[in-house]
Order: sequence, then structure tokens, then C-alpha cells
Amino acid sequence: MNLLSGTFWVSLAGALVILLLKKEAHRAIKWTAALTGFIALSLSLLAYFHYDLAFGGMQFILKRPWIPEFGIDFHVGADGVSLPLVLLTGFIFFTGVLIAWNIEDRPKEFFILFLTLVAGVFGVFVSLNLFLLFVFYELAVLPMYLLIGVWGSTRKEYGAMKLTLYLLVGSALIFIGMLALYFKSGIQSFDLMKLSEVRFPTNFQKIVFPLIFVGFGVLGGLWPLHTWSPVGHVAAPTSVSMLHAGVLMKLGAYGCFRVAICLLPEGATFWLPWIAMLATVNIVYGSMIAMVQRDFKFVIGYSSVSHMGFVLLGLASMDPVGVSGAVLQMFSHGIMTGLFFAIVGRMVYDRTHTRDLNELGGLSGPLPFANFCFIMSGFASMGLPGLSGFVAELQILLGTWNRYPILAALSGIGIVVTAAYILRVLHKVFYGELNEKLHHLEPITTVEKVAGIILVSQLIFIGLFPFVMTNLIYGTVEPLIRRLFP
Amino acid sequence: MPLPILTTINLFPLMGGLLFLLLPSERKGLLRVSAFLLSLVPFFLSLVLLLQFDRTSQAFQWVEKFPWIPTIGVDYFLAVDGLSLGMIFLTTFLTSLAILTSFSIERNLKTYLFLFLLLETGMLGVFMALNFFHFFLFWEIGLIPMFFLIKIWGSENRHYAAFKFFVYTLFGSVAMLLAFQFLYLASGTFDFTELAELSQSGLLQTKLVFLTQRLGLTLSPDVVMTIAFFAVSLAFAIKVPIWPFHTWLPDAHTEAPTAGSMVLAGILLKMGVYGFLRIVLPIFPKVLQTFAPTLGLFALASILFGAFAAMAQTDLKRMIAYSSVNHMGYCMLGIFAIAAQGETAAKASALNGVLLQMFNHGISAAALFFMVGVLYDRAHTRDLSKFGGLRKIMPVFAGLMGISTFSSLGLPGLNGFISELLIFRGSFPLMTGLTLAATGGLLITAVYLLTMMERLFHGPLGAFHGPFPDMTRHELAVALPLVFFMFLVGIYPSFLLELANRSVMHLLEIFS
Repeated sequence: MNLLSGTFWVSLAGALVILLLKKEAHRAIKWTAALTGFIALSLSLLAYFHYDLAFGGMQFILKRPWIPEFGIDFHVGADGVSLPLVLLTGFIFFTGVLIAWNIEDRPKEFFILFLTLVAGVFGVFVSLNLFLLFVFYELAVLPMYLLIGVWGSTRKEYGAMKLTLYLLVGSALIFIGMLALYFKSGIQSFDLMKLSEVRFPTNFQKIVFPLIFVGFGVLGGLWPLHTWSPVGHVAAPTSVSMLHAGVLMKLGAYGCFRVAICLLPEGATFWLPWIAMLATVNIVYGSMIAMVQRDFKFVIGYSSVSHMGFVLLGLASMDPVGVSGAVLQMFSHGIMTGLFFAIVGRMVYDRTHTRDLNELGGLSGPLPFANFCFIMSGFASMGLPGLSGFVAELQILLGTWNRYPILAALSGIGIVVTAAYILRVLHKVFYGELNEKLHHLEPITTVEKVAGIILVSQLIFIGLFPFVMTNLIYGTVEPLIRRLFP
Repeated sequence: MPLPILTTINLFPLMGGLLFLLLPSERKGLLRVSAFLLSLVPFFLSLVLLLQFDRTSQAFQWVEKFPWIPTIGVDYFLAVDGLSLGMIFLTTFLTSLAILTSFSIERNLKTYLFLFLLLETGMLGVFMALNFFHFFLFWEIGLIPMFFLIKIWGSENRHYAAFKFFVYTLFGSVAMLLAFQFLYLASGTFDFTELAELSQSGLLQTKLVFLTQRLGLTLSPDVVMTIAFFAVSLAFAIKVPIWPFHTWLPDAHTEAPTAGSMVLAGILLKMGVYGFLRIVLPIFPKVLQTFAPTLGLFALASILFGAFAAMAQTDLKRMIAYSSVNHMGYCMLGIFAIAAQGETAAKASALNGVLLQMFNHGISAAALFFMVGVLYDRAHTRDLSKFGGLRKIMPVFAGLMGISTFSSLGLPGLNGFISELLIFRGSFPLMTGLTLAATGGLLITAVYLLTMMERLFHGPLGAFHGPFPDMTRHELAVALPLVFFMFLVGIYPSFLLELANRSVMHLLEIFS
């Protein structure tokens, strides 16, 4: 059995098992979901450590014909760019289920959709066939509408609708671009590896590149098309926000890299300087908007916009170190923001029933564990050395200096403002006066602690031993970028 | 393989601190004693360093160097020379005393003590690391515990002070980080010693020309070096702090708990001066020479405004905080004087003075903050106008406070005199006008410190509630070691000067 596609099949099988369970059997449903998450995480860890660094390139390849007449295969594989993201998905999947442990409203439907969504995400990261990738992409995006619309809060219908419309527009752009690639290639194939050997005409690249990049960029939170993201984050139930900000936004960035940049390097050379400017706006604007929010979840939502700016900036640097940094940032930000949403939604909101920063305060007393987690993820998000964010942002900035020195200097503003808004929220939520109404809060449960500790340990581990991930990423990215941008 | 002594000193507080976290929170006595004992280990190890240090060598000693993140040329690189050894000793010494001071803390004691141990690791790392990545890691680690020490255990306005402290410092750090990234792209190294060699041989400038041409920038390498110089210096100038970047300091000092102020004034400020010595001087000597006369004015402003501002304070802690601005100004005056044109003997005197002043101010500022803390514990106020006549009821305190004050204002026979003399003796021929103007700072310092003494100890007894005992044995255990060093350095300064001498001469070779 192929380890990689295993992650996908296991998630789908978990969804099927839950489908067969009685809807009153809440415990069985949750345990099935958790077990599925655990297996998927273990498989992704196994795959991660089984990757042969010395050999490099795509590994764990599996190819089965599906609709051969149209060049569509079930074709999966992974390299140093996709493996960290598969691993990230494993982590967020498992901890997300743990964070959703207290769900009471229709858990059966919730977990079926949740597991389907995760299956789609795994699928995207391992697909080597453009058509397959697109199918998985849709599989990941559509359950989101229901998950937010049914289980969400704060203006959930609006949030769900806005998110779905934006992402569908993005999908439409990708679809057009994909068909253009298919017909122009002359080989009538959706195979990503074959397509990457085709040299498309320069003018064609210049036209198609923005379609695909912007199409995926919508999901990656590219300014000014990011507005669905904070609204969607806020409306979504906690574990869905974790998946959404932690993994789904990475799907966008991954697509930008794997499809747009890798297949259309000349288009990339032409357009990426403009994208880099937008990404810098993401970083600075996102952090400034986060500074003035009153809703705890909106702060984190905009902080994701700001951090995804670093990912896009790294991708736009067309530099091996910068792109490696972008991939590491995807992992690091996924873990960090997953933890953030677990704190905001589960640890704080489920107990206090408010996210208004002016009503919260003094929670370090009743909820010390939440305070600890917030401090760790907050400092990772400021890019303090010793935590994962620093190594990623350092590499991204190094790459950016190489190509756009002015933008690198400007993005420094984002780092300082990030520190300011994290400290502001830390103060407003965890220090200061404890609100009268918040005196009797249920203590943090063991399940939440397990989820929190898993995520925090990743932040520290990657911060102190970044080479465990950078060697893998750089080994794949370096030859790739040298080939694409000689 | 022999014991990697620097790594041991550096990481012992952190590792010990992690084990310390496993102790039961309610056993407060056990927590206090074990934290103190943990902090004694690096102290004794640093004594070993002092004794075994080869004073006849200018080279780095106890070098530990391994690749860490090879893709971006980052090494794990620790070593010690004469510039850092004194600071390492000061750090381990003051941290132990700070923990001893903190025995009266009740709230969240375990976290509090752990933060001090973490802080010690951060500060020691800054003085040992010679690769920018490694250095920056510790530079930022030092920030976090101090932020929480102020934020959680500080007095009324603590949240504002902690925020200001953090954001000011981080702003400087980001500027420094960006500058080093740019230098890395040109040179391919984060190693301070390699960068210094490249810069002094002119190769760094050549590499910067290549980089700027490749990037299509129309900047000359001199301009790039100047920008990088100011970006890096900003981080250190905020930390020192040099006027006009000093405004975070009075707030942070006033709000921090006593032990926090001791470490903040005693060690954290020295990290800024150390940064100038270790990084700015060797890597940017030419730029520093160009701007030294202008920057000297900023040092002068720190000296004079710091002194005047201290004179205007009624809050004792704020007064001592501003006097720190003033005293650190002397250090900066000495550093900028080195870069001016002139004889090497004068420069050597100035640089020796700077190093000694760092140590001396560490001792005397820590002592003064401790003494103010002793008063505050009894009177629950720091308002100078509320005190009076303490000499009669607290004779021992009056004596020790007197010694600390005279050490701070530079009385001969005590430590402060020697270092200030060396700085003035050195910078006078190099920057005559500025040095003459800076002597005004000495005068004002004498005025406000003597006024403070008079208000505290003479006149009618202030109205206080409750008992007002003299210093306890526990408090003496903190104060006496500090006073001991004031006399030791005052009478026999060469035990420190000799340590640094070779490194000082080596550093000065750049400017001769």
C-alpha cells in the first residue's frame, strides 16, 4: 500500500465508517474520527521520514489509469514541498478532531464533512495530475460551505456564502487556465510531470500565469482578494477555522507554486514582481488591520492574511532560499494559526461566550494553559528566534533581499506591528482585570491539553532543529528553482 | 571530549530551570533555595573562567563551533575573549544576587524564578555567541522574561512599561536583523569574526558593490554600509540607551520589581554597549570614524540630559534610572572617542575605561536599585519628599547606601572613579570640546546624588506607618558582595583591566 495515498484513503474510510454509525453514538463517532486522525498523522510521519533525501525528487509515486483517453490518471507522489504540507495536514487533522471533542450538534454529519474535507486536502498535496488535483481541490472547498453554514457562528450564512463565492471564482480561473494548459501543451495530458517538461510560448505564459496564480491566490489570501478569509474564519466553528487557516490557505499557496510557477516560469518571471508587491501589502496591511480589531478571532484572521503574505513573498522571490522559507512558513504558520484558533475558539470562547477584547481580560488566572499556548504561538508569530516562525521568515527575507530589497525592508514594518498586536491581545485577553462574569470558568480539559502540547512542541522543535525540515525542503526546491529560473 | 564549558554555563540555567519547573509550587522555601543554588553553578563556573583565562592572548578562548543550519551558513559558535569575560562574570554574579533579592516574592513564585533563570541563559548567550543567528537567538530570548517580569510582578503602570520596553527593543532588533541579512547576502556569512575581517580588508565593500549591481540599486557601497551601520546601531542604541531612544528605560525601571531593575540596569543595558564593541566597531570602523563627532553629541546629550532629568525626579527609582542614562552616556562617549583621530594611548585608556565602566555601573546601579527596594519594602513609597532622618534609625543602611552613592558619583577609592577617569583621560585629547562639556554631567550627578542623600538621611524623620527596622541579615547578604566589589575595583582595578588588555589592544589595531 502506498503510504501517501494512504492518508487520503484512511480519511475517506473514516468518513464512511462514521456514515454507518448511529447518529446518537456520539462517543463512537468521535473516537472513530480521532482514530482516523491518528492513523493519518502516523502515515504522514512515516512518509516524511521514509523520504530518501539522497535520492531527491518525487517519491512514493503511484500511477493508475483513470480516464486515459483524456490523459487523466490517479497519479500521486510527493517531494520536499508536499511532504511538510502532508505532515501539517496530519497534525491539524488530529488536533482539530481533539478540539472538536465537545461538539454536541449533529456530530455525525459534522465529522463526515470534516473527514471528507481533510481527504480532499491530502489529495491536493499528493496529486501529480492536474485534473486529479482540481477534483481534490473542489472536494476540499465545498464541505467548507456546509461546515460554516450549519455549525458556524457570527453571521455564518454570510460568511459561508462569501467564502464559497470567492473560492468558486478562483476555481473558475484555475479551470480555464488548466484547460488552456491541456490544449496548448500538444501532448493532451494533465500529467504535472509531463507538463513541466513542455515549454509553453512566452506570450501564452504571460496570459495564463495570472489566471492560475490569482485563482489559487484567492485561497492563499492574496490582497486584495483576501476579504473572504477573516469573515470565513470568524464564522467557522473552531476546528474548521483551524483547518481553514492552518491548511486550506496553504492549498492556495501550494497551487500557486506547483501549478503556476512550476509550469509557467516565464510568466512567473514577468508577473512575480507585481505579486511580490501585493504580498508586501498583505504583510503590512494585514498586521495593521489586526491591530485595530475588537474581536479576538478577527485579530487572528487578519494575522493569517499577514503571515500568508510572507508565504507569497517567499514564493515570489524566485530564489531557492526564499522559496524554501515560504514552504517552511506554510508549515510553521499552519501549526501556529491552528493553535491560535484552538485557543480563541475552544479554550476561550467556549468558556466565556464572548470574543470581544474589551469584555475579556485577566484570563491568565483561570486559564493558565491557554495563556501559555497563546504566548508560544504569539511569539512564534512575531518571529522570535528559537521558534519556528523565525527560521521561515529569515529565509523568506533573505530570498527577498536578493530580488526586491525595498520590499524586504518594508516587510520589516509588518514584523514590528505583529509584535504590537500580539502584545495588545495578550494584554487584553490574559492580563488586566478579570471580568466579573468570567470568574467561574471550566478548567482546560485533558483533550485540549493534548492538542495544545502537540502543536506547541512542533513550534519549538522546528525552531531549534530547523534542519530536520529545511534539509528536505531545500533539497527539493534548490534544483527545481535553478531549473526554472536559470 | 572535554566538557564544553561555555555551553554548560550558557544552558545550565535553562536546563536546570526546566527541571526546577517540576518542583511542587507550594513548597516556596524549597523553590527559593533551589533556584539560588541553580544560579550559583554558572557563577562558580564563570569564576573558573576568570582564573583559567589566558591573559596574554588576544584570541578567542574555549571556542565551540559546529555547523547548525548549513543551508544559510549558520554555526553554533561560542567563545570568550577579554571583552566578554567581565560581562559573563557580572551576569552570573548579579543573577545570583537578584534571585537572592527575590526571596520576598510570593505570587507565582515558581514562574518568577524560572523567568530569571531563562533570562540568565539569554544574557549569557549574548555575551558568548559569535554568529549573528546564534547571537540574535539569545538577544531576543532575553527580552521575553524581562517583559513578563515587568508585566506580571511590576507596580501600577506595569502593562504600559512592559509593552513599551518590548516594542522599542523589538523595533531595534528588526532593523538589526534586516541589516545583517543584507550583509549576509553580500558576504555569505553570519560570522562576526569573518565579517569583521572582510570589512577591514575592504572585501566586504567589494562584495556589496557586486550585490547592489546585481540588484540594480544605484547605491555606492559606502552608502549601503552607512545604512547598515545605522540599522545595527539603532538596536544597540535603544538597548544602551542613547538619547533620544532612552524613554522606555525610566518606565521599565520604575515599574519592574527590584530584582528586575537590578538585572535590567546591571546587565541588559550592557548588552547594548557590548554590541557596539563586538559588532559595530570591528565591522563598521570606517563609517564610525565618519560619524563619530556627530554621534559624540548624542552621547553628550545622554550624559547631560540624563543628569538633569535625574535631578528633576522625586521618584527614587526614576532618579536612578535617569542616572543610568547618564552613566551609560560615558561609555558611549568613550566608544565614539576611539573612532576619532588621535594617539593610540588615549584610545586604549578610553576603551579600558568603557569596559571598566560597564562593570562598575553594573555593580553600582544594581546596588542602588537594591537599596531603593529595601526602602520601598518598608515605606511603601518611593517619593523622595516623604523620607527624612533615616540615618538615626537605619545606620547600617545609611552607610551602605552612602558607599553605593559615592561609587556612583565617582569618589576616588571606589570603583566608579577609576573608570570615569580613564574615559575622560582617554577622550579628552580625542574629543576635547565634548569631553569638557561632559564633565558638567559629573557635577550635576554629584549635586542630585548628594541632595538625595540629604533628603533621605537628614532632617526630621519622615512619617511612616509600621516598624522601620535596619537592614536584615538577608538584605546584607545581597548588599555586602556588591559593596565588596566597589572597593575591590576601586583599590585594585587591574584585576579586571588585565583581563581585557590584550583584547582592547587588538580591537584598537583597527583604528590605528
